[in-house]
Amino acid sequence: MDIILKIDKLKGGYFQDEIIHGLSLDISRGDFLGVIGPNGSGKTTLLRLISRALKPSSGGVFYKGCNIARMSLKQLCRRVAFVSQDIATGFSFTVEELVLMGRIPHLGRLQFESKKDMQIAREKLALTGILNLKDKLINELSAGERQRVVLARALAQEPELLLLDEPTSHLDIGHQVQVLDLLKKLNRTQGLTIIMILHDLNLAASYASRIALMEKGMIFKIGSPEEVLTYQNIEQVYQTVVLVNNNPVTGKPNIVLVPGRD
Amino acid sequence: MHLRRALIVLFLLLVLAVLLGLVKGAVKIPLAELFLKDNQVVFNLRLLRVVAAILAGSGLAVSGIALQAILRNPLAEPYLLGTSSGAGLAAVSAVIIGVSRIYIPLAAFLGAILSIVIVYSLARERGQIADKSLILSGVIISIAASSLIVFLVSLFGSRAMHEMNWWLWGSLQVYEPKLLFLAFFPVIMGILVIYLFAQDLNAISLGEEEAIHLGVNTRNIKKILILVCALISGSLISICGIIGFVGLIVPHMMRLIAGPNHKKLIPLACLSASVFMIICDLLSRTLFAPVEIPIGVITAIIGAPLFILLLKKGKKV
Repeated sequence: MDIILKIDKLKGGYFQDEIIHGLSLDISRGDFLGVIGPNGSGKTTLLRLISRALKPSSGGVFYKGCNIARMSLKQLCRRVAFVSQDIATGFSFTVEELVLMGRIPHLGRLQFESKKDMQIAREKLALTGILNLKDKLINELSAGERQRVVLARALAQEPELLLLDEPTSHLDIGHQVQVLDLLKKLNRTQGLTIIMILHDLNLAASYASRIALMEKGMIFKIGSPEEVLTYQNIEQVYQTVVLVNNNPVTGKPNIVLVPGRD
Repeated sequence: MHLRRALIVLFLLLVLAVLLGLVKGAVKIPLAELFLKDNQVVFNLRLLRVVAAILAGSGLAVSGIALQAILRNPLAEPYLLGTSSGAGLAAVSAVIIGVSRIYIPLAAFLGAILSIVIVYSLARERGQIADKSLILSGVIISIAASSLIVFLVSLFGSRAMHEMNWWLWGSLQVYEPKLLFLAFFPVIMGILVIYLFAQDLNAISLGEEEAIHLGVNTRNIKKILILVCALISGSLISICGIIGFVGLIVPHMMRLIAGPNHKKLIPLACLSASVFMIICDLLSRTLFAPVEIPIGVITAIIGAPLFILLLKKGKKV
């Protein structure tokens, strides 16, 4: 299996505050990695270090053997796209304008979008099911619709690796399954490599082929959902009691919360 | 809204405004006689003013647009970073010292550039420029320079009040055509550079991190564009003094009408700011002729209600 992303003894965080403490991780092409862990365990920081929104204090991230710090930002963004939790609504761009911005990494300094770029933007709008919203203003949309705009824009970058920071946090269960099904399809049919942060352990179990459980800036356990999502691991990292059985449809682990008794 | 249609309408308005600017004035000349030899002096003077109006309007509006996007602050305008008060202070000092008139624009230009350098270095922290510290140091330098101006004016004002007012409130009465040509290139080049960064400005206006995720290197672009905006406003101040409000309200008005996409916004703002400035200049020299009202006063008096009207009627800024 060829390694698409190699994270090597990565340390980093915000100014003096180190959040990731020497984390190493290999991602193969076609991987669908779910990243889980309690609040503050460093999931988002890890993703931001991979997207170059943060600079590592030591160690590095290598894309196909090339240190991402040495790549131009546009080069990186043609290969790696980031789906954030939400999008700023201060400036009222239309949905289509926003998705078209995903083409920026492919354009030269003196170049404006061509017909082809427009076509790609339309394609991604259709793929995420928001083509009918294309002329709407971003601040007229619901949070769920906005989240799909962000996804469409990231797909318009035509990346090989997609980073997602809780892409379903604002979605109802119907839309959650829709978005995750789409990601699964892109992963299977186009070989899109995916690293996705999810809070919902059951969604992570159902969709990710591998799961990384993070704790305090390190990977506590990585492996198949069955290997990682055991009640011992979860209880230890999340400090809470759970029950693990099997999802009758997928056969994957299914985590049941156990409320504290009075 | 259709960009092409809006551009055509604005262009026609501009043609109309240019004609008005050439025909109307303290001395009435019918359109048919405008090109006669007898009227050549008046015609040339007015032509210069119209050109200056187009240059100043476009330059101020476009650098206002760029700064509002870069700093993600709706109150940003070309003079925010201290250029205007710096230039004003330099010009007023030069007037008091009695520097030959031809060198005062140079003093104003240097004052503008010097103040942006000070503001920029004040805002620098660990090699990074935070938007907030940039705005704050701009405001501080502006206030400091403005109070020095008032100090100088109250001590020496009686001597050269008119001349100082010219600088502090602006005028398109270009007293040296060569200066206009000198300022022409940095302003036009600056506008073109900003337009080339239109799509990057779109990304930056969404937020620094968003922009990075779209492959836009915000740190370099910010540096380049702040420098470009300083060059534009410095050049403009040195030929026509401080003209406020245009760089603040034209960008907002155009955003209300055409949305935040900089590829549309920049050409639309150039045209509409040109029209606006020609009209304001016309009013400044005809309303109380032969007394000329400083154009900075007119832009504010017309601009404020126009803006409020749009704000009440329009969508969100």
